[in-house]
Amino acid sequence: MLKKKFKVLSVVLAVSIAAFSLAGCGKSSSENKSTEKVVNLFTWANYVPDNVIKDFEKKTGIKVNYSNFATNEEMLAKLQAVKGGEYDVIICADYMVQIMGKQKQVLIQPIDKSAIPNYKNIDKAYLGQYFDKTNKYSVPYSLGSEMIVYNPDKVKKDIKGINDLWDTSLKGSEVLLDDPRSVIGMALTKLGYSINETDPAKLAQAKEELTKLRPNVKVFDADTPHTSLINGDTSIGVMWGSQASAAIKGNPKLKIVYPQDGMQFEEDNLIVPVKAPHEKNAETLINFLLDGKESSKVTTSIEYINVNTAAKKYMPQELLNNKAVYVPQEELKKGKHLEDAGSASKEFDSIWSEFKQQ
Amino acid sequence: MESKVLRRLERAYVILIFAFLYVPIAIIVIYSFNATKSNVVFSGITLDWYTALFNDDDVITALINSLTIAAISTAISAVIGTVGAIGLERQKFKGKGAIDLLIYIPIVIPEIIMGISLLVFFSALQMDFGILTLILAHTTFCIPFVLINVKSRLAGFDMSVEEAAMDLGASKFTVFRTITIPLIFPAIISGAMLAFALSLDDVIINFFVSGPESTTLPIKIFSMLRFGLSPEINALCTIMLLATFVVLILSQVTKLKKKKIE
Repeated sequence: MLKKKFKVLSVVLAVSIAAFSLAGCGKSSSENKSTEKVVNLFTWANYVPDNVIKDFEKKTGIKVNYSNFATNEEMLAKLQAVKGGEYDVIICADYMVQIMGKQKQVLIQPIDKSAIPNYKNIDKAYLGQYFDKTNKYSVPYSLGSEMIVYNPDKVKKDIKGINDLWDTSLKGSEVLLDDPRSVIGMALTKLGYSINETDPAKLAQAKEELTKLRPNVKVFDADTPHTSLINGDTSIGVMWGSQASAAIKGNPKLKIVYPQDGMQFEEDNLIVPVKAPHEKNAETLINFLLDGKESSKVTTSIEYINVNTAAKKYMPQELLNNKAVYVPQEELKKGKHLEDAGSASKEFDSIWSEFKQQ
Repeated sequence: MESKVLRRLERAYVILIFAFLYVPIAIIVIYSFNATKSNVVFSGITLDWYTALFNDDDVITALINSLTIAAISTAISAVIGTVGAIGLERQKFKGKGAIDLLIYIPIVIPEIIMGISLLVFFSALQMDFGILTLILAHTTFCIPFVLINVKSRLAGFDMSVEEAAMDLGASKFTVFRTITIPLIFPAIISGAMLAFALSLDDVIINFFVSGPESTTLPIKIFSMLRFGLSPEINALCTIMLLATFVVLILSQVTKLKKKKIE
């Protein structure tokens, strides 16, 4: 008797729990969300420095929830899963903006420029890029570029561009970014092709070139390539501006060279997802980040290229002289922008796997 | 003569194994006192990173989140795992064989699949992503670890003690409370510790199931890689190591004390 009662009771309990969770959670609290003094920021950790966040919170009284991702692809997966909601401001790479705009259900919404008066501070040279020609969806945040850094004590050759990395005197002494588009892009540049080449025949040629480069490479490191340069493990490498700057700080003898065929650039942009819960606060945050003074604080901290004309007068002299951070405009004109490889991604992947296994 | 050489070799072997495990950790601790930001060149001792750590709200919040989630998930999964293990080991019912196998799924399945499926599930229920969803997700993959641990302990269990107690008039619940639990307690604890470590460690499932207000520590650290790991993290690791050592030492001391009393 008792056993049967127990069974019935437990079944009723299980069913009611299931029913409650399905019903109770159905009504999401989106009604009172838009008046909350909160903004959800989603980008790499420390990309928006702590002091800037605190300034914003003090000035506007809006709390910033700073969530992180490690790669653009992760961010896209999460955004797709939450159907363009949950986050208010996202900072991600340029090619990602292109991908998100192309999706069947567009995940980003147009940014109302009239609500962002500081938009006028953005240097015109960085607007109107290939992935968003009218800057309808995106506002530039910062710019990164890949440059060559080497130790002149160990590398006797005069390094001018990407082609020099193939030199046989550099055997076993290079550090490259652990990034397929970066390295394969180098081979494509050497052959005179675009880094966004999708023709399988040309990619096969790039693969051949890479086999000649392989003996020169000692380390693949996308996160801290400057480390091996500083401790002498490697004597020449390709890395992003902020990493080059860190390399120079660790060993002032190192030299920076802008590749003469043009650098690979990546522009990181501010975007607003289509179902952002706090749109007004998103606009306030974006406007704040475009303020000259705050922008200079950002660049001082992250050491990527600053795209804000109003920030220049606040920048410390050592930053303006830092070759890794202040890249002259002519280089941008020569620069190459990474675009989504689309269907050729598989080719890139297989070339990369084979290259690394050699 | 031979045994002396053998003994030396054995000792060298043990030392090498411990070095392999602990030298990297020792380096992290040493570099937490490094005067510059580099993790390559050591240039002077400073406590600056520890002060920076205490002032870094983001990291502290992430740490608190991770610990809270780990503690709660471990507690819940310990209870469910123990009860489940006892049921599975001792009862016979239809579908037992199937459930025995299904239990292994959260352990075997790739984390990313579990993360995405949980994300889709919670989205369908229209739940708000946050601490609650994280706890639910962690409990899910922690239960099998506790369950399997307890189950294997129960396999070698001597039922005669329980039967004797029941002969003497104890109710089933009293038997459970005073005999079964104390005897399988070590298995529960070791399962719980494993669950705690896994929960604290988890990155992929956390990423998919967390909300904007609930970043956890591993996500934060992974994301910091892009802009340079600060020795703040070394400081954090050192503190966590200290905390672990303190807990271990305390537990051993209480064990010894108990033995002395008996």
